[in-house]
Amino acid sequence: MTQKVKVAITVNGTLYERDVEPRLLLSDFIRHDLGLKGTHVGCEHGLCGACTVLIDGHSARSCTLFAVMVDGSEIKTVESLGTIDNMHPLQEAFHEKHALQCGFCTPGFLMTAVEYLEGNPNPTAEQAREAIDGNFCRCTGYENIVEAVQLAAKKMAAH
Amino acid sequence: MKPAPFDYYAPTSLSEALDKLTELGYSGKVLAGGQSLIPAMNFRMARPTALVDLGKVKELSYIKPTADGGMAIGTMTRDSVVEEDLLVSERFPILVKTIKHIAHKQIRNRGTFGGAIAHADPAAQLPAAALLLDANLKVLSKAGERWVKAVDFFIGPFMTVLEPEELLAEVVLPPLAPRTGASYQQVSRQKGGYAQAAVISTVTLDGADRVKEARVALFSVGEYPLLASKPNQVLAGQVPTAEAIEEIAAYVAKNECDPGTDIHGTEEYRRNLVHVLVRRALTEAVQQAKK
Repeated sequence: MTQKVKVAITVNGTLYERDVEPRLLLSDFIRHDLGLKGTHVGCEHGLCGACTVLIDGHSARSCTLFAVMVDGSEIKTVESLGTIDNMHPLQEAFHEKHALQCGFCTPGFLMTAVEYLEGNPNPTAEQAREAIDGNFCRCTGYENIVEAVQLAAKKMAAH
Repeated sequence: MKPAPFDYYAPTSLSEALDKLTELGYSGKVLAGGQSLIPAMNFRMARPTALVDLGKVKELSYIKPTADGGMAIGTMTRDSVVEEDLLVSERFPILVKTIKHIAHKQIRNRGTFGGAIAHADPAAQLPAAALLLDANLKVLSKAGERWVKAVDFFIGPFMTVLEPEELLAEVVLPPLAPRTGASYQQVSRQKGGYAQAAVISTVTLDGADRVKEARVALFSVGEYPLLASKPNQVLAGQVPTAEAIEEIAAYVAKNECDPGTDIHGTEEYRRNLVHVLVRRALTEAVQQAKK
């Protein structure tokens, strides 16, 4: 019989208690069990960064963790940032700087940048580039993303 | 791209974890941060029968200074925690520099210090750092503890002297001597990617700028991290000249590494990288030691 493990995981402020198979990846828990499809799954082995979420405030790849490993943790996904009518300054900056084209990688960039900007409120272009070195984008060539991260820093400081 | 089923255990204490490993024997495998193991399981290159997750064993996560000026690091300490620790950066700046080359922030936030050493990926930074810094590894099982030097720990790609019922509990780094400089050198296709060849070195000088000890660890160019013997043979007791360093670099590239050929580079190319990187690493370490 398939083993199920009871987990209690808080996602975007809501506590979810579920019985899950140990092999269930956190990315699949978020998308399939909770229906939060903002977290995208690209490579599923820890290279592309599309599935980045925050776990207890720290960025991590949700495809290289089992949901059972984060029992008791607080997760934040891209849905926690803002809504279409009330965007997070980082989302506004991505919009204004045209920092996305197809948008597949964007949730991962946003969750990576949101953690980074908390500790680094005024990055240079070089620092912003380094901050996103764990995320792949196949459309933009990264230039606009770097500019968006810098613009977001200014917007967040003004808030 | 989904892992095969496995039995899962999440002990909340060290003794419970050791009991479980003994009970499971060869069918049990330790899960630390999972940043290497889970990708391998997603590809089904690894199919462990049972995992013992140490994530809830809080007593294995700590950084403590030792009285002699070294550090003791609990196996479950996250890489990013070691990277940001002030005392580590004071006592072992080369370790911080090395950790910054491990993949990306998102992975260092989850990957663990001891997990990477026990995993023994021949292309990984921390096994080589353990070797370079002459780490003492505390190995625990239900039957008791034993200490293994890093130089005796690695026996093949992804293979160590750990028995199935054992786990690596703590890594103790002896202090660096005064006037020790260090250097990290690698060539990789992109930042955070696997190195095609990498070299970490330390050089300790005496008051007259003669070498007391020169250590050079190589990785990604053999079945496990390698400690070259030529650098200390040539340099010990000598003033390190550019000629001596060049002779060492050429020798190490020819005789003290075993790189393979893959789509990213040939054996010949990697030996050439070792030659260049050993020269740079020793040169920089000497300069640092003089500061």
